[in-house]
Amino acid sequence: MASNATEYIQHHLTFWKSSHEGGFWTLHLDTFSVSLVLGFIFLAVFASVARNARMENPGRLQMFIETIVEMVDTQVKEIFHAKSKVIAPLALTIFVWIFLMNTMDLLPVDLIPMVAQWVGYTFFGADPHHTYFRVVPSADVNATFAMSLSVMLCIIGFSISAKGLGGWIKELFTAPFHAEGLVMSIILAPVNFAFQLVELAAKPISLALRLFGNMYSGELIFILIALLPVAFQWILGAPWAIFHILVITLQAFVFMMLTIVYLSLAVEKH
Amino acid sequence: MEFNATLLGQAITFAILVWFTMKFVWPPLTNMMDERAKRIADGLAAAERGKQDLEAAEKRVADELRQAKQQATELILAAEKRASQIVDEAKDAARTEGAKLVADAKAQIDQEVLRAKESLREQVASLAVSGAEKILRKEIDAAKHADLLASIKAEF
Repeated sequence: MASNATEYIQHHLTFWKSSHEGGFWTLHLDTFSVSLVLGFIFLAVFASVARNARMENPGRLQMFIETIVEMVDTQVKEIFHAKSKVIAPLALTIFVWIFLMNTMDLLPVDLIPMVAQWVGYTFFGADPHHTYFRVVPSADVNATFAMSLSVMLCIIGFSISAKGLGGWIKELFTAPFHAEGLVMSIILAPVNFAFQLVELAAKPISLALRLFGNMYSGELIFILIALLPVAFQWILGAPWAIFHILVITLQAFVFMMLTIVYLSLAVEKH
Repeated sequence: MEFNATLLGQAITFAILVWFTMKFVWPPLTNMMDERAKRIADGLAAAERGKQDLEAAEKRVADELRQAKQQATELILAAEKRASQIVDEAKDAARTEGAKLVADAKAQIDQEVLRAKESLREQVASLAVSGAEKILRKEIDAAKHADLLASIKAEF
């Protein structure tokens, strides 16, 4: 059982890769396809609602979408005081996309991998033992870092557009420690620069790892619960799944909020 | 934890999603919602204005009603006053008319009395004359004493 369990867990934690050799140009096809499908679902639903939005007598779906949009809009308006056309749609995309990706965690852990194995075996003659499918894209560091690094690029972009390239570079060397006089400025410049670099790097790393850690651990616990005898799985599985509804929403919300906060800090003058 | 090209793919997907949201999802929805909020605010303002108008109209109606009542009371009072005046005038007129009639009647009576007295006097005079004539016929010639007779007649 022990080796079996290890094998089971290992199997569940292996990505469906585009090549077996590995290396940088390998793609995680499962992460990629699931997140793409979810992204398209998000766009399709939201765009169709936006297209057919009625001012009077909105339907249930429209009201639901409006609630989400309004929530995001309120947060953005409260935190981010400069004018920007990008930040609110960015925040909405982050919230909904991450939420949808996290929701994949609530599917039965074996459902999609078994479907993938059956499809692979039936149509492509693939070996079921070597057909891997990880269904939660946000439990893949690549997905979370892709977003957090994009956010970091936005932070830099917002800083530059708010303060100018020179202003931004100047700030890299003169904040957070302000110095009087030339000598002190020169002494403090490397310290400031180091601080700024750490700050800049810490933001995407903390964003990505927070989401990744939560989703990965959640997934792992679902896998461990799946190792229990079938009759007892629900005792742990149901509470964990219910608790996880909170976690997935909260993580999506936290990622969105921190993005807004970081971007509002980026445009503020020190 | 292994980083590979998935990261780039995911980043591109993310960028496309954000772009699409920015272009086709966010603006129409928020515009519509803003417009709806504005319309609701307008509606509430209009309702408030309508309420105020109604209140003003009600106040004006009450004012006019009160004024009309007052006018009516005044009219009634004036009419009553006028009526009593007319009655008084009629009474006065009747009184003077009556007095005049009485005076006329009195005057007529006086005249009648005077005329009766005159005729009486004439009759008495002629009786007296005829009496005296009868008495004097024997002694007095009518033609001779005509002057005398006329003067006696005039004395009556």
